[in-house]
Amino acid sequence: MITDTDKFPHGSLEKKSRPGELAIRGFLFFCGVVSIATTIGILYELGKESWLFFGDERVSVVEFLTHTVWQPQAGVFGILPLVLGTVLISVVAIVVAVPIGLASAIYLSEYASRRVRGIIKPLLEVLVGIPTVVYGFFALTFVTPILRSTLGTDVVGFFNVLSPGIVVGILIVPLVSSLSEDALSAVPDSLRQAAYGLGASKLEVSLRIVVPAAISGVAAGIVVAISRAVGETMVVTLAAGAAPRNFGWGDSILGYILNPLEPAQAMTGYIVVTASGDLGYNTIDYNSIFAIGLTLFFMTLGLNALSRRFVKRFRQVYE
Amino acid sequence: MSVEAPVRPVHYPTDAEYLEDLGGRQRRAQWFQLFCLLMLAVAVLALATLLYTIVNDSFGLTAVVNQNDPAAVVAELGYDPEITGLGDLSYDELVGLLAANVSSGVGRRLEREQRFYEDRLVFESNGVWIEICGSAEPPDGCARGPRGQSDLLQLVNERVVAPDVIASYQLVPSLLDPQGFESEVAEGFATGRFGEYTPEQARIEWRAWFNWTFLTTPSSATPETAGIRTAILGSAWIVLITVLFAVPVGVGAAIYLVEFARPSRFNDLVQTNINNLAGVPSIIYGMLGLAIFVRVLEPATQGRTVLSAGLTLGLLTLPVVIISSQEALKAVPDSLRHAGMSLGATRWQTVRAQVLPVALPGILTGTILAVARAIGETAPLILVGAAGFITSDPSGPFSSFTALPIQIFQWTSFPQEEFRNIAAAASIALLLLLLTLNAVAVILRNRYARRA
Repeated sequence: MITDTDKFPHGSLEKKSRPGELAIRGFLFFCGVVSIATTIGILYELGKESWLFFGDERVSVVEFLTHTVWQPQAGVFGILPLVLGTVLISVVAIVVAVPIGLASAIYLSEYASRRVRGIIKPLLEVLVGIPTVVYGFFALTFVTPILRSTLGTDVVGFFNVLSPGIVVGILIVPLVSSLSEDALSAVPDSLRQAAYGLGASKLEVSLRIVVPAAISGVAAGIVVAISRAVGETMVVTLAAGAAPRNFGWGDSILGYILNPLEPAQAMTGYIVVTASGDLGYNTIDYNSIFAIGLTLFFMTLGLNALSRRFVKRFRQVYE
Repeated sequence: MSVEAPVRPVHYPTDAEYLEDLGGRQRRAQWFQLFCLLMLAVAVLALATLLYTIVNDSFGLTAVVNQNDPAAVVAELGYDPEITGLGDLSYDELVGLLAANVSSGVGRRLEREQRFYEDRLVFESNGVWIEICGSAEPPDGCARGPRGQSDLLQLVNERVVAPDVIASYQLVPSLLDPQGFESEVAEGFATGRFGEYTPEQARIEWRAWFNWTFLTTPSSATPETAGIRTAILGSAWIVLITVLFAVPVGVGAAIYLVEFARPSRFNDLVQTNINNLAGVPSIIYGMLGLAIFVRVLEPATQGRTVLSAGLTLGLLTLPVVIISSQEALKAVPDSLRHAGMSLGATRWQTVRAQVLPVALPGILTGTILAVARAIGETAPLILVGAAGFITSDPSGPFSSFTALPIQIFQWTSFPQEEFRNIAAAASIALLLLLLTLNAVAVILRNRYARRA
C-alpha cells in the first residue's frame, strides 16, 4: 500500500491535497474573468441606458440611425450629423497619416541602416505616447491659426475639420508605420533579391513586390489607425467645435456636407460636452450619450476585428 | 491537335529599349527615395513643432500690472523693500495684509474654505462659525487644519498684489526681438486695448510660466497666480488607485492565461475579449465608470471621487497590463517550468519561485508603460466627473479631484491668452513626467535584456 511506512519511510505517496493551490487558482481564474465582466459591463450599461433613451416616445431607433438632424432641444435625434463629423475628421486624418506612415515604413525597412532605424523608430513611437489633450492644445493654438492665416480667416472657421483632422493624422502615423514596417520586414528577402537580380530598381521592388506582398499587414495598420481616429476624443472636442453639422439630403455636397473648413462636432466630442454640462442624469439629452457610446463601441469593435483578420492573414502567409 | 494554353507573346526589350528606359527608371527611383525620406522628415518635424509650440508658449516677456506693488506693500509695513520681500513677512503680517485688502465677504469665504488660525477667527464671528459648522453640510474649513505659510503667501499674492498680465510674448520672439514687444505694448496703450491701465503702471518683465512655483502652487481662478499642485496631487492619487487595482488583477489574469489555462473555447474567448478591450476608445471606459462606479456603486465610492476615477482608469489599463504581462511570461523559457515541476513542485510553486522572478522586469516595464498611458488620459476623467475648479488638494480616496490633463483641457478651452501660457506650462510638466516614466521603463528593459 502506498501508505505503508516500512516501504515508504519518507511519507505517503498519495497526492497531498493542497487547498492553498486551489485558492490561488481560483483567485487567478477570477482575475481572468474580470476582463469578461468588463465587456459584459460595457454592453450592459450602455445597453440599459440606451434602452431608456430609445424607450422615450420622442425617439425611435430608425430615426436615430437614419435622420440627418441632431437637435436635442427640439427633440430631434438623428445620429448621422455626428457620424458625419467623425467620418470627416477620420478621413482627413487618414489622408495625412497613410502617405506619411507608409512612406516612413518603406524608408525604414528598405532604405535605412540599422542605426538610423534604431533612432527613428522610438522617435515615431513618441508621437503616439503624447497625451491627446496636448495634441488638442497644439491643434487649437498652432494649426488652426496657421490654417487661418494662410487660407484666410473668412475661408476657414475657427472651429473646423481640417485642424483636428491633421493633428489626429499626425497622432496615428506611428500606428500605420509600425504595423506596416513589421509587415514589410516580414516579407522574405528572397523576393527582393530575385527582383534585384532581374534588374529592378528600389522603387519598383518596394512598390511592386514588397508592398503588395505585405498588403495585409499594411491594411491592418491602416484599419487600426482608422479605429483610433474614430475613437479620438480630446483633439476633436477642443478643435472641431460644438455644433453638429446638421444637414439635409438636398444640401450641396462639396459646399456644405463635406466642407472641411466649417465646424463639425464628432460623436466623441458630443459625449464629452454633454457629460460635462449641467444636465441631470435621467434627461433624454443625457441618455443620448449612451446610445452614441454604444454606436461608437460597435464601430470600433468592427474595425478592430477587421484589422485582426488582416493581421492573421499576413502572419499566415510567412510563418 | 493537342490542347495547350495559348502562349502569350512576351516582349523582351531589346538592348536599346532597355538602356533608353534605364535613366528614367533610376531617376524615378531616386525621387521615390527622396519622397519617403521627406515623409519621414515630416513626421519628425511635426513632433518637433509640437514640442516647440509648447516651450514657446511657456516662457517669455510679459507686461504686468500689479494692483498693489509688492515693494510698496512691504514698505508700508515699515520694512526696507530692498531687503525684505513678501515672502519674508510673518504669517500674522500676511493675514493682516489680507484682512486690509480683501472685502469681508471674500474673507469669510476664504476662511470657510480653510481657516487661518487654529484658535481664532479672522473674518467670521464665533457664533456664526459654530452655527455653520453644526449645520447639515459644514464647509471644508470646519474640519481642516489652518493654512500653511506658502498657501497664505500665494493667497496674498493673488488677492493683494493681484498681478494682471495684460500682454505676453512667446519665447523665441522674446529672445530675438524684445523691442518688438515693447512697441507692441506701447501700441496697445495707444489704442486703448488695456482698459484703464496707464503705461506707468505696467512693468515689462521676463516670466517663466513653467517654474518651481508653478509646480507647487494650487490652482486658482486667475491665470497669473495659478499652479498645478492640486492637479499633480490629484493625478498622483488616481494613479495610485489605478495601479493598486490594475496590477494585481492584470498580472493575475496573465498568469492564469499563460500558466494555468488549458486551450479551450472559453479561454480563447477570454483572450479575444482582452484583445478587443485593448482597442476600445477610452471614452467608452469613461461611460462605464460613470455608470457603474459613480452611479450604481455610489454608496461605496461616494460618487465623483478619486476612487471612482482610479477604478475607471484601472479598467482602462487592465487589458494593456494583461497583454504585456503575458508577453513577459511567455518569454520565460519552458525549461524553467519543466525543471520545477519535474522536482515535484506544484504549478503555483513553479510559477511563484521560478517563472515570476524571471518575468518580473518585463511585467514591471509593461506596467510602467501602462501607467504612463493612464496619466495622460483625459476623456474618462471628464466623464467620471473631474471637478472643473478645485483649489483644495485631494486628501483621500473620497475627495473630489482634478487631474493634470483635465487642467490642461480646461485652460486650453478658455480663450484668454494667459491661459494659453499656463496650459503650455502644464503640458511641459505632463510631458516631463511621461518622459521620466518611459525612461525608467526603457532603463529597466535594457538592464533586463543584458542579464538574460
